[in-house]
Amino acid sequence: MKRHLLSAADLSRDDALLVLDTAEELARVSDRAVKKLPTLRGRTVVNLFFEDSTRTRISFEAAAKRLSADVINFSAKGSSLSKGESLKDTALTLEAMGADAVVVRHSASGAPHRLATSGWIGGSVVNAGDGTHEHPTQALLDAFTMRRHLGPLTDRRVIIVGDVLHSRVARSNVLLLHTLGAEVTLVAPPTLLPVGVETWPCAAAYDLDSVLPKADAVMMLRVQRERMGAAYFPSVREYSRRYGLHAGRLGVLPEHALILHPGPMNRGLEITAEAADGARSVIVEQVANGVSVRMAVLYLLLGGSEPG
Amino acid sequence: MSAEPSSREMRGQPRPGERAVARTVLDAPDIARALTRIAHEIVERSRGASDVVLLGIPTRGVPLARRLAERITAVEGTPVPVGALDITMYRDDLRLRPARALAHTDIPPGGVDGRTVVLVDDVLFSGRSIRAALSALEEVGRPRAVRLAVLVDRGHRQLPIRPDHVGKNLPTSLREQVQVLVEEVDGRDLVLIAGGEEP
Repeated sequence: MKRHLLSAADLSRDDALLVLDTAEELARVSDRAVKKLPTLRGRTVVNLFFEDSTRTRISFEAAAKRLSADVINFSAKGSSLSKGESLKDTALTLEAMGADAVVVRHSASGAPHRLATSGWIGGSVVNAGDGTHEHPTQALLDAFTMRRHLGPLTDRRVIIVGDVLHSRVARSNVLLLHTLGAEVTLVAPPTLLPVGVETWPCAAAYDLDSVLPKADAVMMLRVQRERMGAAYFPSVREYSRRYGLHAGRLGVLPEHALILHPGPMNRGLEITAEAADGARSVIVEQVANGVSVRMAVLYLLLGGSEPG
Repeated sequence: MSAEPSSREMRGQPRPGERAVARTVLDAPDIARALTRIAHEIVERSRGASDVVLLGIPTRGVPLARRLAERITAVEGTPVPVGALDITMYRDDLRLRPARALAHTDIPPGGVDGRTVVLVDDVLFSGRSIRAALSALEEVGRPRAVRLAVLVDRGHRQLPIRPDHVGKNLPTSLREQVQVLVEEVDGRDLVLIAGGEEP
């Protein structure tokens, strides 16, 4: 493993499998009466969240605490960040407090990279979502969830549907799933596919119904209305009819196929209640698995000696 | 532990044969006899083995624990619960080397509460692995008693820990390396000693 986790592309196939295998062992700790390991005792993990987040921040916090690390939460609201402090000054403050790892979420793509490469801080940087760029731990927990149900992901077909343009989850998933040998197809209206998607290691399609029957897993992306200044599709109803996962499409989806969603869901827009709460949905599991996967990442980055 | 008190993984290397001075300490029949004796000792000590749970410490303690369980079952007629206890997350030398992969922890369905746990490892050296195992066990439950069975005790303890059942006491110098090979992992049963003074 490298010292930072900034992109799913930082992970070789062996690294990715090491994270998933480690997470598998750590998941068993969550089943015990004492859900705690002493491994990161005396180490400090800072959650630096410049953007609103519930599940990712709580998940990282739970993961760090189960490994006995000290956790400091920094969120933009109610801190100097809302007074206009720069990323650099915040980083220097964290460094002065002796942070061993900084888990960062930022609305600007590349902020974690800047933090990791600027020399401002000495600890490891974990990207917890930057702008529309990447969210590698989400991709790891998605892969972990799929692998638990489907076995090795080699040659498995995964469909990622919806707002790919604004989705850091989609980008990280494409990179990681490709590393793990899965075949990924992105499905979205042309306006919600990013420029240059043809250079990504995946296929792209506009018609959901034609690809659904061969899927092993289908991942519905949230329509990120807060990032949409202009109209990307004519109406919510039309989007929902063409790209939403609803009862009619559940019949086309193979029996063994999994339904994933990174959350938070817009129920009734990209996914209906039947799909989100049905037997094939693993959306709640994704949340639980997030803690195990983030424990694995923190352990592998912080648990050993500093890489030479 | 072989190379140095803090590195279990070094035990498997270098490969036997590559080192001219490697000397066999126990061969396969010796190991089989030692395990049979330890199995009987465990039964005798626990007055039957009805409350015994065997937990092997990965990697090579696990197959040794399974073999002891088979022997105890053969003597007592009732199966003995056997499992594995990974100690990686409890080690005191984690920060000295890059993060390592975890091994499997497998606690038998009946748990360990109120039972006699016998920890099984291949080599007892500094005692630090056993210290880690005791910490790991603490999180799993509260056994009535914890005992320790090892195939080889090579001395040089750094902690106040002593084994209850020993296959062979092997006086060594700190320069020497003790290697335990087991069929399930290495393809054959052998205990080797290497290094130290040239003969």
